[in-house]
Amino acid sequence: MTYIVNGETLESSAKTLSELLLALEYEGDWLATAVNGELVHRGDRANHRLNDRDRIEILSPMKGG
Amino acid sequence: MLTLYGQELGSRMLLGTSRYPSPAILADAVRQAGTEVVTVSLRRETAGGRQGGAFFELIRELGVRVLPNTAGCYTVSEAVLTAKMAREVFGTNWIKLEVIGHHDTLQPDVFGLVEAARILAGEGFEVFPYTTDDLVVAERLVDAGCKVLMPWCAPIGSAMGPQNIAALRSMRAHFPDVPLIVDAGIGRPSHATTVMELGYDAVLLNTAVAGAGNPALMAAAFAKAIDAGRAAFEAGMLEPRDMAVPSTPIIGKAVFS
Repeated sequence: MTYIVNGETLESSAKTLSELLLALEYEGDWLATAVNGELVHRGDRANHRLNDRDRIEILSPMKGG
Repeated sequence: MLTLYGQELGSRMLLGTSRYPSPAILADAVRQAGTEVVTVSLRRETAGGRQGGAFFELIRELGVRVLPNTAGCYTVSEAVLTAKMAREVFGTNWIKLEVIGHHDTLQPDVFGLVEAARILAGEGFEVFPYTTDDLVVAERLVDAGCKVLMPWCAPIGSAMGPQNIAALRSMRAHFPDVPLIVDAGIGRPSHATTVMELGYDAVLLNTAVAGAGNPALMAAAFAKAIDAGRAAFEAGMLEPRDMAVPSTPIIGKAVFS
């Protein structure tokens, strides 16, 4: 399926958000995820099934003012 | 003692974590300032999350409270989602709410700010709104549930210092019981002293420290300046007057002619 991850279009066989994170080698307990503009809690990623053309944001801590 | 949303803090200096020459210098600045609150943000991670992880570890090691921001958000929906994602990552209800309205001045979109503040306060967030010195907007933010206000004194990163002392004074008088933190535009320790002398509760700095030739030394200078301004406010200052007043007693002065 085609997903838009952090603005980049890519193909992946991942069916859930957890599988996608694994496939893209994201790791760590400091990540936040959103799908189509809605927060997906850490504990809900395994059950969150993705659809073709879903827009996924994966954010992590960064310096800020 | 400064109290923000029930949290007592010994330091009245909040410090941003951006634009330092290195993570080690950032850590040194935080220690020199004695700051207990640092601001952080969230950004897209491309390297499998490891870069963000390293920064997260540095912040954890500093042992300070974290105030995540929504910097760079231009719409209410962006700011609200960013706040929710920040709560997920940092495990705090505190959020420095920025809804930017203009590319050049980075001034807040105060209409969006009030709307986002209302939504977030309704979802249990403790909102620190980056706002202007406009009293009516500040009233709306308090109505929306904000228990802290963070007016600018000049545009973000401009280092111009307080541009409208009368407005800052008026805001302090209008909200005697709301903690007021000057959030943006401070360039020098004397600017910080000025707003603290007006009775502001704290100052949030970033560029003025991070951009200094020696950020850790500048952080220490700001800490002293903030303490001095606060002490002066608490001590009660003289009002300026037009005419001279002799400080040495006149009575008993010798007459030589």
